[in-house]
Amino acid sequence: MARPTSAADAAGLGRGRAVAFVLPALVLIAVFLVFPALWTIYLGLTDYRLTGLAAANPQVVGLDNYTGALEDPRFLTSLWLTILYVGGSAIIGQAGLGFALAWILRSRTGPLRRVVEGVVLLSWILPSTVVGFLWFALLDRDDGTLNALLHTPGFAWLLDYPLLSIIIFNVWRGTAFSMMLYSAALENVPPSHLETARLAGAGVPQQLRDVVFPHLRRHILTNLLLISLWTFNDFTPFVLTGGGPEGRSEILPVYVYRVALRDGQLGVGAAISFLILLINLVFALAYLRLLRGRRRQQEVAAAGGPPA
Amino acid sequence: MIRHVLGRLAATVFIAVVLAFFTLPMLWLASAPFDDTPTITTSIPDFTLRNFAAILDNPYALGSIRNSLIQGGGAAALVVVLAALAAYALSRVRVPGRDILLYVLLLLSSVVTGTAAMVPIFELATRLDLIDTHLGVVLVVSGGLLPAAIFILKDFMDETPTSYEESARVFGASPLQILRHIVIPLVRPGLATIAVWALASVWGGFLFQFILLRDPEKAPGSVILYTLYTEGGAPRLDLISTFSLLYSLPVVAMYLFVSHRYGFRFHGGIKR
Repeated sequence: MARPTSAADAAGLGRGRAVAFVLPALVLIAVFLVFPALWTIYLGLTDYRLTGLAAANPQVVGLDNYTGALEDPRFLTSLWLTILYVGGSAIIGQAGLGFALAWILRSRTGPLRRVVEGVVLLSWILPSTVVGFLWFALLDRDDGTLNALLHTPGFAWLLDYPLLSIIIFNVWRGTAFSMMLYSAALENVPPSHLETARLAGAGVPQQLRDVVFPHLRRHILTNLLLISLWTFNDFTPFVLTGGGPEGRSEILPVYVYRVALRDGQLGVGAAISFLILLINLVFALAYLRLLRGRRRQQEVAAAGGPPA
Repeated sequence: MIRHVLGRLAATVFIAVVLAFFTLPMLWLASAPFDDTPTITTSIPDFTLRNFAAILDNPYALGSIRNSLIQGGGAAALVVVLAALAAYALSRVRVPGRDILLYVLLLLSSVVTGTAAMVPIFELATRLDLIDTHLGVVLVVSGGLLPAAIFILKDFMDETPTSYEESARVFGASPLQILRHIVIPLVRPGLATIAVWALASVWGGFLFQFILLRDPEKAPGSVILYTLYTEGGAPRLDLISTFSLLYSLPVVAMYLFVSHRYGFRFHGGIKR
Protein backbone atom coordinates (compact mmCIF):
# COMPACT_ATOMS: atom_id res chain seq x y z
CA MET A 1 0.00 0.00 0.00
CA ALA A 2 1.54 3.28 -1.03
CA ARG A 3 0.81 6.07 1.40
CA PRO A 4 1.68 9.66 0.63
CA THR A 5 2.44 10.41 4.26
CA SER A 6 6.03 11.49 4.29
CA ALA A 7 6.10 12.97 0.84
CA ALA A 8 3.22 15.36 1.44
CA ASP A 9 4.05 17.06 4.76
CA ALA A 10 0.32 17.65 5.05
CA ALA A 11 0.40 19.76 8.19
CA GLY A 12 2.98 22.14 6.75
CA LEU A 13 5.32 21.21 9.54
CA GLY A 14 8.55 22.01 7.76
CA ARG A 15 12.02 20.78 8.66
CA GLY A 16 12.56 23.22 11.52
CA ARG A 17 9.41 22.39 13.45
CA ALA A 18 9.82 18.68 12.75
CA VAL A 19 13.25 18.80 14.37
CA ALA A 20 11.82 20.72 17.34
CA PHE A 21 9.14 18.02 17.76
CA VAL A 22 11.63 15.15 17.65
CA LEU A 23 14.36 16.80 19.70
CA PRO A 24 13.04 16.43 23.31
CA ALA A 25 12.53 12.69 22.90
CA LEU A 26 15.91 12.30 21.23
CA VAL A 27 17.71 14.23 23.97
CA LEU A 28 16.15 12.07 26.69
CA ILE A 29 17.01 8.90 24.75
CA ALA A 30 20.54 10.11 24.09
CA VAL A 31 21.27 10.90 27.74
CA PHE A 32 19.56 8.00 29.46
CA LEU A 33 19.82 5.26 26.83
CA VAL A 34 22.52 5.84 24.23
CA PHE A 35 25.06 7.27 26.64
CA PRO A 36 24.83 4.36 29.16
CA ALA A 37 24.94 1.98 26.18
CA LEU A 38 28.19 3.49 24.89
CA TRP A 39 29.57 3.42 28.41
CA THR A 40 28.66 -0.27 28.66
CA ILE A 41 30.46 -0.97 25.41
CA TYR A 42 33.54 0.79 26.78
CA LEU A 43 33.31 -1.16 30.07
CA GLY A 44 33.29 -4.35 28.01
CA LEU A 45 36.83 -3.57 26.94
CA THR A 46 38.13 -3.21 30.52
CA ASP A 47 38.69 -5.47 33.53
CA TYR A 48 36.32 -3.32 35.62
CA ARG A 49 35.06 -5.11 38.75
CA LEU A 50 32.45 -4.29 41.35
CA THR A 51 34.99 -4.43 44.19
CA GLY A 52 38.73 -4.63 44.68
CA LEU A 53 41.68 -3.11 42.89
CA ALA A 54 40.18 -3.21 39.40
CA ALA A 55 37.15 -1.29 40.69
CA ALA A 56 39.26 1.73 41.58
CA ASN A 57 41.50 1.67 38.57
CA PRO A 58 40.16 -0.40 35.68
CA GLN A 59 42.57 -1.29 32.90
CA VAL A 60 41.72 -1.67 29.25
CA VAL A 61 42.11 -5.34 28.35
CA GLY A 62 40.94 -5.16 24.74
CA LEU A 63 38.96 -8.10 23.46
CA ASP A 64 39.88 -10.51 26.26
CA ASN A 65 36.39 -10.35 27.76
CA TYR A 66 34.88 -11.30 24.41
CA THR A 67 37.17 -14.25 23.74
CA GLY A 68 36.71 -15.34 27.35
CA ALA A 69 32.91 -15.23 27.06
CA LEU A 70 32.84 -17.04 23.73
CA GLU A 71 35.00 -19.82 25.16
CA ASP A 72 32.92 -20.16 28.33
CA PRO A 73 30.71 -23.25 27.93
CA ARG A 74 28.14 -21.65 30.25
CA PHE A 75 27.71 -18.79 27.78
CA LEU A 76 27.01 -21.18 24.92
CA THR A 77 24.63 -23.26 27.07
CA SER A 78 22.92 -20.06 28.13
CA LEU A 79 22.59 -18.92 24.52
CA TRP A 80 21.01 -22.25 23.57
CA LEU A 81 18.58 -22.05 26.52
CA THR A 82 17.67 -18.50 25.48
CA ILE A 83 16.92 -19.62 21.91
CA LEU A 84 14.68 -22.41 23.27
CA TYR A 85 13.05 -19.90 25.62
CA VAL A 86 12.37 -17.34 22.87
CA GLY A 87 11.24 -20.00 20.38
CA GLY A 88 9.00 -21.81 22.86
CA SER A 89 7.49 -18.95 24.79
CA ALA A 90 7.43 -16.06 22.30
CA ILE A 91 7.25 -17.44 18.79
CA ILE A 92 5.24 -20.62 19.40
CA GLY A 93 3.56 -19.75 22.69
CA GLN A 94 2.62 -16.07 22.71
CA ALA A 95 2.25 -15.53 18.97
CA GLY A 96 0.50 -18.91 18.43
CA LEU A 97 -1.89 -18.64 21.35
CA GLY A 98 -2.41 -14.93 20.73
CA PHE A 99 -3.37 -15.55 17.12
CA ALA A 100 -5.60 -18.51 18.03
CA LEU A 101 -7.47 -16.37 20.55
CA ALA A 102 -7.81 -13.44 18.16
CA TRP A 103 -9.09 -15.77 15.42
CA ILE A 104 -11.64 -17.59 17.60
CA LEU A 105 -12.90 -14.44 19.29
CA ARG A 106 -13.03 -12.30 16.14
CA SER A 107 -16.66 -12.96 15.29
CA ARG A 108 -17.92 -13.12 18.86
CA THR A 109 -19.22 -10.23 20.83
CA GLY A 110 -20.67 -9.96 24.27
CA PRO A 111 -19.61 -11.13 27.70
CA LEU A 112 -17.59 -14.22 26.73
CA ARG A 113 -15.21 -12.24 24.57
CA ARG A 114 -14.88 -9.50 27.18
CA VAL A 115 -14.14 -12.01 29.95
CA VAL A 116 -11.51 -13.93 27.96
CA GLU A 117 -9.80 -10.76 26.74
CA GLY A 118 -10.02 -9.24 30.21
CA VAL A 119 -8.38 -12.21 31.92
CA VAL A 120 -5.60 -12.46 29.33
CA LEU A 121 -4.94 -8.70 29.58
CA LEU A 122 -5.01 -8.81 33.37
CA SER A 123 -2.12 -11.28 33.41
CA TRP A 124 -0.19 -8.77 31.31
CA ILE A 125 -1.05 -5.70 33.32
CA LEU A 126 -0.46 -6.99 36.87
CA PRO A 127 2.82 -5.67 38.32
CA SER A 128 5.75 -8.07 37.68
CA THR A 129 6.69 -8.20 41.33
CA VAL A 130 3.15 -9.31 42.23
CA VAL A 131 3.14 -11.85 39.41
CA GLY A 132 6.30 -13.44 40.81
CA PHE A 133 4.55 -14.17 44.10
CA LEU A 134 1.45 -15.46 42.31
CA TRP A 135 3.46 -18.06 40.40
CA PHE A 136 5.31 -19.07 43.53
CA ALA A 137 1.99 -19.76 45.17
CA LEU A 138 0.94 -21.76 42.11
CA LEU A 139 4.06 -23.89 41.70
CA ASP A 140 5.31 -24.27 45.28
CA ARG A 141 6.60 -27.75 45.99
CA ASP A 142 4.85 -28.41 49.29
CA ASP A 143 1.73 -26.25 49.31
CA GLY A 144 1.38 -25.05 45.72
CA THR A 145 -2.10 -24.75 44.27
CA LEU A 146 -1.17 -26.78 41.21
CA ASN A 147 0.03 -29.76 43.25
CA ALA A 148 -3.10 -29.56 45.37
CA LEU A 149 -5.26 -29.60 42.22
CA LEU A 150 -3.39 -32.41 40.49
CA HIS A 151 -2.93 -34.45 43.69
CA THR A 152 0.82 -34.52 43.14
CA PRO A 153 2.11 -33.34 46.54
CA GLY A 154 5.81 -32.63 46.69
CA PHE A 155 6.27 -32.37 42.92
CA ALA A 156 8.94 -29.74 42.33
CA TRP A 157 7.94 -28.15 39.01
CA LEU A 158 10.62 -25.47 39.17
CA LEU A 159 13.37 -27.98 39.96
CA ASP A 160 12.36 -30.79 37.61
CA TYR A 161 11.18 -28.71 34.64
CA PRO A 162 12.80 -25.29 35.11
CA LEU A 163 12.91 -24.29 31.44
CA LEU A 164 9.39 -25.52 30.71
CA SER A 165 8.13 -23.68 33.80
CA ILE A 166 9.54 -20.33 32.73
CA ILE A 167 8.33 -20.89 29.15
CA ILE A 168 4.76 -21.49 30.33
CA PHE A 169 5.09 -18.56 32.73
CA ASN A 170 6.11 -16.25 29.90
CA VAL A 171 3.25 -17.46 27.68
CA TRP A 172 0.86 -16.59 30.51
CA ARG A 173 2.54 -13.24 31.03
CA GLY A 174 2.87 -12.00 27.46
CA THR A 175 0.15 -13.48 25.24
CA ALA A 176 -2.00 -10.36 25.62
CA PHE A 177 0.24 -8.23 23.38
CA SER A 178 0.02 -10.66 20.45
CA MET A 179 -3.69 -11.21 20.97
CA MET A 180 -4.43 -7.48 20.84
CA LEU A 181 -2.20 -6.91 17.86
CA TYR A 182 -3.73 -9.78 15.87
CA SER A 183 -7.30 -8.80 16.82
CA ALA A 184 -6.67 -5.33 15.44
CA ALA A 185 -5.03 -6.80 12.36
CA LEU A 186 -7.83 -9.30 11.66
CA GLU A 187 -10.25 -6.40 11.38
CA ASN A 188 -8.41 -5.40 8.24
CA VAL A 189 -9.10 -8.70 6.48
CA PRO A 190 -12.05 -8.06 4.17
CA PRO A 191 -14.91 -10.35 5.26
CA SER A 192 -15.96 -10.80 1.64
CA HIS A 193 -12.68 -12.57 0.86
CA LEU A 194 -13.27 -15.03 3.69
CA GLU A 195 -16.86 -15.55 2.58
CA THR A 196 -15.75 -16.28 -0.98
CA ALA A 197 -13.20 -18.79 0.26
CA ARG A 198 -15.78 -20.46 2.47
CA LEU A 199 -18.29 -20.73 -0.35
CA ALA A 200 -15.59 -22.26 -2.52
CA GLY A 201 -15.32 -24.99 0.10
CA ALA A 202 -12.08 -23.97 1.77
CA GLY A 203 -11.60 -25.31 5.30
CA VAL A 204 -10.19 -23.20 8.09
CA PRO A 205 -6.54 -24.13 7.37
CA GLN A 206 -6.92 -23.15 3.71
CA GLN A 207 -8.72 -19.92 4.62
CA LEU A 208 -5.88 -19.05 6.97
CA ARG A 209 -3.21 -19.90 4.43
CA ASP A 210 -4.74 -18.33 1.34
CA VAL A 211 -6.70 -15.36 2.68
CA VAL A 212 -5.70 -14.42 6.22
CA PHE A 213 -1.92 -14.83 6.35
CA PRO A 214 -1.23 -12.87 3.14
CA HIS A 215 -3.10 -9.94 4.69
CA LEU A 216 -1.35 -10.26 8.02
CA ARG A 217 2.27 -10.83 7.01
CA ARG A 218 3.45 -7.39 8.05
CA HIS A 219 1.68 -7.56 11.40
CA ILE A 220 2.98 -11.07 12.05
CA LEU A 221 6.56 -10.06 11.36
CA THR A 222 6.40 -6.87 13.49
CA ASN A 223 4.83 -8.82 16.29
CA LEU A 224 7.47 -11.55 16.11
CA LEU A 225 10.25 -8.96 16.05
CA LEU A 226 8.99 -7.11 19.11
CA ILE A 227 8.14 -10.13 21.25
CA SER A 228 11.39 -11.90 20.33
CA LEU A 229 13.41 -8.87 21.36
CA TRP A 230 11.48 -8.45 24.59
CA THR A 231 11.65 -12.14 25.48
CA PHE A 232 15.34 -12.38 24.59
CA ASN A 233 16.12 -9.66 27.13
CA ASP A 234 13.56 -10.65 29.75
CA PHE A 235 14.90 -10.84 33.28
CA THR A 236 11.61 -11.82 34.98
CA PRO A 237 12.22 -15.63 34.97
CA PHE A 238 14.90 -14.90 37.54
CA VAL A 239 12.26 -14.39 40.23
CA LEU A 240 10.93 -17.91 39.60
CA THR A 241 14.05 -20.05 39.25
CA GLY A 242 17.04 -17.77 39.85
CA GLY A 243 18.59 -19.43 36.79
CA GLY A 244 18.79 -22.79 38.52
CA PRO A 245 18.92 -25.60 39.24
CA GLU A 246 22.51 -25.93 38.02
CA GLY A 247 21.99 -23.25 35.39
CA ARG A 248 19.24 -25.21 33.63
CA SER A 249 17.10 -22.10 33.25
CA GLU A 250 19.97 -19.59 33.09
CA ILE A 251 18.93 -17.57 30.04
CA LEU A 252 21.29 -14.81 28.88
CA PRO A 253 19.95 -11.86 30.94
CA VAL A 254 20.24 -14.00 34.08
CA TYR A 255 23.73 -15.10 33.02
CA VAL A 256 24.76 -11.43 32.64
CA TYR A 257 23.35 -10.68 36.07
CA ARG A 258 25.35 -13.56 37.61
CA VAL A 259 28.61 -12.56 35.92
CA ALA A 260 28.28 -8.79 36.37
CA LEU A 261 26.63 -8.29 39.72
CA ARG A 262 26.97 -11.56 41.67
CA ASP A 263 30.52 -12.42 40.61
CA GLY A 264 31.33 -8.70 40.34
CA GLN A 265 32.97 -8.95 36.89
CA LEU A 266 31.35 -5.85 35.42
CA GLY A 267 33.69 -5.71 32.44
CA VAL A 268 32.88 -9.26 31.38
CA GLY A 269 29.16 -8.67 31.95
CA ALA A 270 29.26 -5.57 29.76
CA ALA A 271 31.04 -7.51 27.01
CA ILE A 272 28.36 -10.22 27.10
CA SER A 273 25.66 -7.54 26.92
CA PHE A 274 27.25 -6.24 23.75
CA LEU A 275 27.29 -9.78 22.32
CA ILE A 276 23.57 -10.03 23.15
CA LEU A 277 23.02 -6.75 21.29
CA LEU A 278 24.76 -8.19 18.23
CA ILE A 279 22.66 -11.39 18.40
CA ASN A 280 19.50 -9.26 18.62
CA LEU A 281 20.70 -7.28 15.63
CA VAL A 282 20.95 -10.51 13.61
CA PHE A 283 17.36 -11.37 14.64
CA ALA A 284 16.11 -7.93 13.63
CA LEU A 285 17.91 -7.98 10.28
CA ALA A 286 16.49 -11.42 9.49
CA TYR A 287 12.94 -10.21 10.17
CA LEU A 288 13.51 -7.05 8.11
CA ARG A 289 14.76 -9.11 5.17
CA LEU A 290 11.69 -11.31 5.36
CA LEU A 291 9.51 -8.23 5.54
CA ARG A 292 11.11 -6.60 2.50
CA GLY A 293 10.97 -9.81 0.46
CA ARG A 294 7.35 -10.37 1.34
CA ARG A 295 6.36 -6.81 0.62
CA ARG A 296 7.81 -6.96 -2.85
CA GLN A 297 5.92 -10.19 -3.55
CA GLN A 298 2.75 -8.59 -2.25
CA GLU A 299 3.17 -5.55 -4.43
CA VAL A 300 3.70 -7.75 -7.46
CA ALA A 301 0.64 -9.79 -6.52
CA ALA A 302 -1.44 -6.66 -5.92
CA ALA A 303 -0.41 -5.13 -9.21
CA GLY A 304 -0.78 -8.24 -11.34
CA GLY A 305 -3.35 -10.41 -9.60
CA PRO A 306 -7.07 -10.16 -10.12
CA PRO A 307 -9.08 -8.69 -7.26
CA ALA A 308 -10.13 -11.82 -5.39
CA MET B 1 -22.31 -29.75 9.07
CA ILE B 2 -20.61 -32.25 11.40
CA ARG B 3 -17.34 -30.47 10.75
CA HIS B 4 -18.98 -27.21 11.74
CA VAL B 5 -20.34 -28.64 15.02
CA LEU B 6 -16.99 -30.22 15.84
CA GLY B 7 -15.30 -26.92 15.13
CA ARG B 8 -17.63 -25.06 17.49
CA LEU B 9 -17.06 -27.71 20.15
CA ALA B 10 -13.28 -27.54 19.79
CA ALA B 11 -13.38 -23.75 20.00
CA THR B 12 -15.47 -23.89 23.19
CA VAL B 13 -13.17 -26.43 24.84
CA PHE B 14 -10.16 -24.34 23.80
CA ILE B 15 -11.65 -21.19 25.33
CA ALA B 16 -12.46 -23.04 28.56
CA VAL B 17 -8.88 -24.34 28.85
CA VAL B 18 -7.44 -20.88 28.12
CA LEU B 19 -9.70 -19.30 30.74
CA ALA B 20 -8.61 -21.86 33.35
CA PHE B 21 -4.93 -21.40 32.46
CA PHE B 22 -5.07 -17.64 32.78
CA THR B 23 -7.28 -17.52 35.87
CA LEU B 24 -5.58 -20.20 37.97
CA PRO B 25 -2.50 -18.18 39.08
CA MET B 26 -4.69 -15.20 39.97
CA LEU B 27 -6.99 -17.06 42.35
CA TRP B 28 -4.51 -16.70 45.20
CA LEU B 29 -4.72 -12.92 44.84
CA ALA B 30 -8.47 -13.11 45.30
CA SER B 31 -8.48 -15.47 48.29
CA ALA B 32 -5.35 -15.02 50.43
CA PRO B 33 -5.83 -11.32 51.35
CA PHE B 34 -9.16 -12.16 52.97
CA ASP B 35 -7.92 -15.27 54.77
CA ASP B 36 -7.40 -15.29 58.51
CA THR B 37 -4.27 -17.44 58.20
CA PRO B 38 -3.20 -17.27 54.57
CA THR B 39 -0.97 -20.01 53.20
CA ILE B 40 0.59 -20.60 49.82
CA THR B 41 -2.29 -22.85 48.82
CA THR B 42 -5.35 -21.21 47.32
CA SER B 43 -8.35 -22.08 49.47
CA ILE B 44 -11.74 -20.76 50.49
CA PRO B 45 -10.76 -18.09 53.03
CA ASP B 46 -11.82 -17.83 56.68
CA PHE B 47 -13.10 -14.39 55.92
CA THR B 48 -11.41 -11.46 57.64
CA LEU B 49 -10.41 -7.90 56.84
CA ARG B 50 -7.71 -7.85 59.50
CA ASN B 51 -4.92 -8.15 56.92
CA PHE B 52 -5.94 -4.81 55.44
CA ALA B 53 -5.70 -3.16 58.84
CA ALA B 54 -2.26 -4.76 59.29
CA ILE B 55 -0.93 -3.48 55.97
CA LEU B 56 -2.18 0.03 56.71
CA ASP B 57 -0.10 -0.07 59.89
CA ASN B 58 3.03 -0.56 57.81
CA PRO B 59 4.70 2.88 57.73
CA TYR B 60 5.71 2.66 54.07
CA ALA B 61 2.80 0.81 52.44
CA LEU B 62 0.43 3.66 51.59
CA GLY B 63 3.26 6.10 50.88
CA SER B 64 4.79 3.66 48.44
CA ILE B 65 1.60 3.54 46.39
CA ARG B 66 1.69 7.35 46.25
CA ASN B 67 5.34 7.16 45.13
CA SER B 68 4.38 4.68 42.42
CA LEU B 69 1.65 7.04 41.25
CA ILE B 70 4.14 9.94 41.03
CA GLN B 71 6.81 7.89 39.24
CA GLY B 72 4.47 5.86 37.02
CA GLY B 73 2.20 8.80 36.22
CA GLY B 74 5.15 11.08 35.56
CA ALA B 75 6.84 8.59 33.26
CA ALA B 76 3.60 7.77 31.42
CA ALA B 77 2.85 11.47 30.83
CA LEU B 78 6.38 12.22 29.69
CA VAL B 79 6.51 9.19 27.38
CA VAL B 80 3.11 9.93 25.81
CA VAL B 81 3.84 13.63 25.16
CA LEU B 82 7.40 13.22 23.85
CA ALA B 83 6.61 10.08 21.83
CA ALA B 84 3.51 11.68 20.28
CA LEU B 85 5.45 14.77 19.16
CA ALA B 86 8.34 12.71 17.80
CA ALA B 87 6.12 10.09 16.12
CA TYR B 88 4.02 12.79 14.45
CA ALA B 89 7.03 14.61 13.04
CA LEU B 90 8.66 11.35 11.92
CA SER B 91 5.43 10.23 10.30
CA ARG B 92 4.82 13.45 8.37
CA VAL B 93 8.24 14.73 7.38
CA ARG B 94 10.80 12.69 5.53
CA VAL B 95 13.96 12.48 7.59
CA PRO B 96 16.86 10.60 6.04
CA GLY B 97 17.72 7.40 7.93
CA ARG B 98 14.52 7.57 9.96
CA ASP B 99 13.71 3.86 9.92
CA ILE B 100 17.27 2.77 10.64
CA LEU B 101 17.37 5.20 13.57
CA LEU B 102 14.13 3.81 15.00
CA TYR B 103 15.36 0.22 14.70
CA VAL B 104 18.70 0.97 16.33
CA LEU B 105 17.00 2.74 19.24
CA LEU B 106 14.51 -0.10 19.63
CA LEU B 107 17.36 -2.61 19.79
CA LEU B 108 19.28 -0.50 22.28
CA SER B 109 16.25 -0.01 24.50
CA SER B 110 15.53 -3.72 24.80
CA VAL B 111 19.15 -4.61 25.58
CA VAL B 112 20.36 -1.70 27.66
CA THR B 113 17.54 -1.75 30.18
CA GLY B 114 19.01 -5.04 31.43
CA THR B 115 21.44 -5.62 34.23
CA ALA B 116 24.67 -4.72 32.43
CA ALA B 117 23.88 -1.02 32.16
CA MET B 118 23.10 -0.76 35.87
CA VAL B 119 26.50 0.63 36.77
CA PRO B 120 26.66 3.32 34.05
CA ILE B 121 23.11 4.37 34.88
CA PHE B 122 23.86 4.54 38.57
CA GLU B 123 27.01 6.60 37.95
CA LEU B 124 25.16 8.88 35.55
CA ALA B 125 22.35 9.46 38.05
CA THR B 126 24.89 10.17 40.79
CA ARG B 127 26.68 12.79 38.69
CA LEU B 128 23.42 14.46 37.65
CA ASP B 129 22.36 14.52 41.30
CA LEU B 130 19.30 12.39 40.57
CA ILE B 131 19.78 9.69 43.23
CA ASP B 132 16.85 9.52 45.66
CA THR B 133 14.61 11.70 43.51
CA HIS B 134 11.36 10.84 41.76
CA LEU B 135 12.64 12.78 38.75
CA GLY B 136 15.62 10.44 38.42
CA VAL B 137 13.39 7.36 38.18
CA VAL B 138 11.02 9.11 35.75
CA LEU B 139 13.82 10.20 33.41
CA VAL B 140 15.68 6.87 33.43
CA VAL B 141 12.64 4.67 32.80
CA SER B 142 11.25 7.11 30.19
CA GLY B 143 14.50 6.90 28.24
CA GLY B 144 14.06 3.14 28.08
CA LEU B 145 10.37 3.22 27.11
CA LEU B 146 10.47 6.00 24.49
CA PRO B 147 11.84 4.07 21.47
CA ALA B 148 9.12 1.39 21.54
CA ALA B 149 6.50 4.08 22.24
CA ILE B 150 7.60 6.11 19.21
CA PHE B 151 7.70 2.93 17.12
CA ILE B 152 4.11 1.96 17.96
CA LEU B 153 2.70 5.52 17.85
CA LYS B 154 4.25 6.22 14.47
CA ASP B 155 2.13 3.36 13.15
CA PHE B 156 -1.02 5.03 14.46
CA MET B 157 0.02 8.36 12.96
CA ASP B 158 0.78 6.77 9.59
CA GLU B 159 -2.71 5.35 9.58
CA THR B 160 -4.52 8.68 9.97
CA PRO B 161 -5.41 10.26 6.62
CA THR B 162 -3.56 13.46 5.88
CA SER B 163 -6.50 15.07 4.09
CA TYR B 164 -7.94 16.51 7.32
CA GLU B 165 -4.67 18.22 8.03
CA GLU B 166 -4.50 19.59 4.52
CA SER B 167 -7.94 21.15 4.74
CA ALA B 168 -7.22 22.56 8.20
CA ARG B 169 -4.13 24.15 6.74
CA VAL B 170 -6.12 25.68 3.94
CA PHE B 171 -8.23 27.37 6.61
CA GLY B 172 -5.11 28.76 8.23
CA ALA B 173 -4.54 26.52 11.24
CA SER B 174 -1.02 26.42 12.65
CA PRO B 175 0.83 23.09 12.92
CA LEU B 176 0.39 23.01 16.70
CA GLN B 177 -3.34 23.67 16.34
CA ILE B 178 -3.57 20.91 13.75
CA LEU B 179 -1.79 18.54 16.10
CA ARG B 180 -4.00 19.45 19.05
CA HIS B 181 -7.39 19.59 17.39
CA ILE B 182 -7.09 17.05 14.58
CA VAL B 183 -4.30 14.54 15.00
CA ILE B 184 -4.51 13.90 18.74
CA PRO B 185 -8.26 13.17 18.73
CA LEU B 186 -7.71 10.75 15.83
CA VAL B 187 -4.94 8.77 17.51
CA ARG B 188 -6.39 8.88 21.00
CA PRO B 189 -6.69 5.06 21.30
CA GLY B 190 -3.01 4.81 20.48
CA LEU B 191 -2.08 7.41 23.09
CA ALA B 192 -4.22 5.64 25.69
CA THR B 193 -2.58 2.33 24.83
CA ILE B 194 0.89 3.79 25.26
CA ALA B 195 -0.09 5.45 28.55
CA VAL B 196 -1.34 2.19 30.04
CA TRP B 197 1.65 0.26 28.71
CA ALA B 198 4.11 2.80 30.14
CA LEU B 199 2.37 3.00 33.50
CA ALA B 200 2.14 -0.80 33.79
CA SER B 201 5.86 -1.23 33.00
CA VAL B 202 6.92 1.34 35.58
CA TRP B 203 4.41 0.05 38.13
CA GLY B 204 5.94 -3.42 38.20
CA GLY B 205 9.53 -2.28 37.62
CA PHE B 206 12.02 -3.16 40.31
CA LEU B 207 15.66 -2.94 39.22
CA PHE B 208 16.00 0.79 38.41
CA GLN B 209 13.86 1.86 41.34
CA PHE B 210 15.92 -0.35 43.63
CA ILE B 211 19.29 1.12 42.64
CA LEU B 212 18.19 4.75 42.20
CA LEU B 213 16.31 5.16 45.49
CA ARG B 214 17.81 4.47 48.89
CA ASP B 215 15.35 6.36 51.03
CA PRO B 216 12.45 3.97 51.81
CA GLU B 217 10.18 7.04 52.00
CA LYS B 218 10.59 7.41 48.22
CA ALA B 219 10.49 3.72 47.27
CA PRO B 220 7.57 2.56 45.08
CA GLY B 221 5.32 -0.37 45.97
CA SER B 222 7.21 -2.84 43.80
CA VAL B 223 10.27 -2.37 46.03
CA ILE B 224 8.33 -2.22 49.31
CA LEU B 225 6.68 -5.56 48.45
CA TYR B 226 10.07 -7.24 48.95
CA THR B 227 10.45 -5.78 52.43
CA LEU B 228 7.39 -7.56 53.82
CA TYR B 229 9.35 -10.38 55.45
CA THR B 230 9.74 -11.41 59.08
CA GLU B 231 13.03 -10.72 60.82
CA GLY B 232 13.93 -14.38 60.20
CA GLY B 233 13.51 -13.86 56.44
CA ALA B 234 10.25 -15.76 55.99
CA PRO B 235 7.65 -14.05 53.76
CA ARG B 236 4.71 -12.57 55.66
CA LEU B 237 2.05 -14.04 53.40
CA ASP B 238 -0.77 -12.06 55.01
CA LEU B 239 0.93 -8.73 54.27
CA ILE B 240 2.35 -9.77 50.88
CA SER B 241 -0.97 -11.02 49.50
CA THR B 242 -2.92 -8.03 50.83
CA PHE B 243 -0.42 -5.49 49.58
CA SER B 244 -0.22 -7.28 46.21
CA LEU B 245 -3.97 -6.88 45.84
CA LEU B 246 -3.95 -3.22 46.89
CA TYR B 247 -0.98 -2.51 44.64
CA SER B 248 -2.64 -4.15 41.62
CA LEU B 249 -5.88 -2.22 41.91
CA PRO B 250 -4.70 1.17 40.53
CA VAL B 251 -3.29 -0.26 37.28
CA VAL B 252 -6.32 -2.47 36.79
CA ALA B 253 -8.61 0.51 37.39
CA MET B 254 -6.65 2.60 34.93
CA TYR B 255 -6.81 -0.14 32.32
CA LEU B 256 -10.59 -0.53 32.78
CA PHE B 257 -11.08 3.23 32.51
CA VAL B 258 -8.97 3.53 29.39
CA SER B 259 -10.44 0.49 27.66
CA HIS B 260 -13.96 1.67 28.42
CA ARG B 261 -13.32 5.23 27.34
CA TYR B 262 -11.05 4.91 24.34
CA GLY B 263 -10.87 1.27 23.40
CA PHE B 264 -7.61 -0.50 23.86
CA ARG B 265 -5.86 -1.61 20.77
CA PHE B 266 -2.64 -1.94 18.92
CA HIS B 267 -1.68 -1.71 15.34
CA GLY B 268 1.35 -3.54 14.20
CA GLY B 269 3.32 -2.96 11.13
CA ILE B 270 6.04 -0.97 9.60
CA LYS B 271 4.87 1.40 6.96
CA ARG B 272 6.42 4.06 4.95
